[in-house]
Amino acid sequence: MWELIRANQRRAATLVVAMAALLFLLGYALGEALAPGGGAGGLVIAFLVWVVLSLVSYFQGDTIFLSLAGARRIAKADNPQLYNVVEEMTIAAGLPTVPAIYVMDQAAPNAFATGRDAQHAAVAVTAGLLETLDRNELQGVIAHELGHVKNRDVLYMMMVGIMMGAIVLLADVGGRVFLYGGGRRRTSSRSGGQGQLIVVIAAVVLMILAPIIAQLIYLALSRRREYLADASSALFTRYPEGLASALEKIARTTTPLATATRATAPMYIVNPLGASAKGLADLTSTHPPTSERIRILRSMGGGAGLVRYDEAFRAVTGKKGGVVPPSALAGAGQAPAVAPVAAPPSVPAPAQAAVPVPVPAAGGRLERVRQTTDMLWRLNQFVFIPCACGTTLKVPPAYVGREIACPHCGAVHKVQPSAA
Amino acid sequence: MIFGFVVLIVIVVAVIWVLGMYNGLVGARNEVKNSWSQIDVQLKRRHDLIPNLVETVKGYMGHERGTLEAVTNARQQAVNVTGGVEDRAKAENALSQTLRSLFAVAEAYPDLKANQNFLALQEELTSTENKISFARQYYNDAVLRLNNRIQMFPSSVIAGMFNFSQEKFFEVEAPEERQVPQVKF
Repeated sequence: MWELIRANQRRAATLVVAMAALLFLLGYALGEALAPGGGAGGLVIAFLVWVVLSLVSYFQGDTIFLSLAGARRIAKADNPQLYNVVEEMTIAAGLPTVPAIYVMDQAAPNAFATGRDAQHAAVAVTAGLLETLDRNELQGVIAHELGHVKNRDVLYMMMVGIMMGAIVLLADVGGRVFLYGGGRRRTSSRSGGQGQLIVVIAAVVLMILAPIIAQLIYLALSRRREYLADASSALFTRYPEGLASALEKIARTTTPLATATRATAPMYIVNPLGASAKGLADLTSTHPPTSERIRILRSMGGGAGLVRYDEAFRAVTGKKGGVVPPSALAGAGQAPAVAPVAAPPSVPAPAQAAVPVPVPAAGGRLERVRQTTDMLWRLNQFVFIPCACGTTLKVPPAYVGREIACPHCGAVHKVQPSAA
Repeated sequence: MIFGFVVLIVIVVAVIWVLGMYNGLVGARNEVKNSWSQIDVQLKRRHDLIPNLVETVKGYMGHERGTLEAVTNARQQAVNVTGGVEDRAKAENALSQTLRSLFAVAEAYPDLKANQNFLALQEELTSTENKISFARQYYNDAVLRLNNRIQMFPSSVIAGMFNFSQEKFFEVEAPEERQVPQVKF
């Protein structure tokens, strides 16, 4: 695992440096093109844009992100099962602290993780996810998210995302200045001659290409991270089938996630903007095709380790290079013991593998839907009044202080402010 | 002069290399210790939950005195055990076993399964069981990492110099404990 993180850090560092070079080159070329000798100024502006964006996102990124997604923090009493699953996966991943847990009031099943490091991590799931998935599947999804946290993906995706944002911003603003403001200045400084012309052409080319290149790098990185998080999920749960069937269920729903935008899409477990078509979409998607992810997880056979995932990845995609960095594989060896895959969860653990004790199905989907809606009502300060006839009245907070009659038996209740 | 400089650089690099390896070993050992304390926390929590469970279940499962007593006894043994990893692992595994049969038996009591208190306790205990297994999984991975470092060249040399010792895995010992609990109604 540590080898994996280190390999990730190296790769991410290389990419960040490449993106930074692209950004500064763009800044320099733009400055030089707008006014001869203005390259240094352009460089400084590019640098400032980047620093400001980075600082803001480093310290405020998770807060902004969570509020953009409309996520609300929950306590253990709100949903003990979700809380327990997150705690279990925190232990399995060996993270130092339990991440903060958020819920989004959305019907589309999805989840994401955020936070700059393991101490500031947060996971958020939609109500739709809680309603759709059973415990084993939820475990797979949470393990995937904590895999992102453990691999420091959140930080790197954020840093690279910022870099991309800065490049796009600069190219956009530069382009406008160039078209409207710069035009006049350019005619007046035509005396610059051939050299100046070359610089202008280079700047225009960069302005067009840089955002595209930056986005392709970003997307490639994002897809790779998804595979890695899947591999981590299998490693943590020792039960790849859980995540596989969760992905299957998530992919089956067609509801798009209302609060997701293109900027926030790469953070989710499955592309919240809906699946893209095959082909060119492969290059321009934040996520690998879900069907492929499921196939890889399912073809892991009896193993759950990184090595097994890498083999399955190569078998399914037909790509030569695996997805897990070689240094991590060397470290992992055949380490993780084999857990039974797709076996009924009541089969006891082989010597080293921890197989979750079966949870006697706590109700089916209906029960989960009821629990989830109750939780959302509680979060919205609804008052729950148990009536003697067995009904539970759920009253909006506006009714506090008034009296209300039970629709079944007619008994009148006084609405007290809820304790919780 | 130049020769001396080269020798100096070689020595410095070698020292840094040895230091890095030593720190890696210490880190691996601390991870083993830390992950063991994680198991410890969860085992304690389970010990604390069981009396509540037995109290709740008692009223419903009068006929299953044997099962309940087995749980209570196994818990007592697990609490009292003094000794190394192996002894504790054995006692805790026995406790897991009795708990599993208790929950299996509880399936036959619809009244009990409708009891909110029981359901909450069941979720807590199941989750604690899961946490124990995941903590054990992480512990075993940490032990594997440490033992690999101790056995593999070249860190094995450093480990030998500073007396790093290999740790034991937390295993399910007896073969019969790997069987599915047999429950007859």
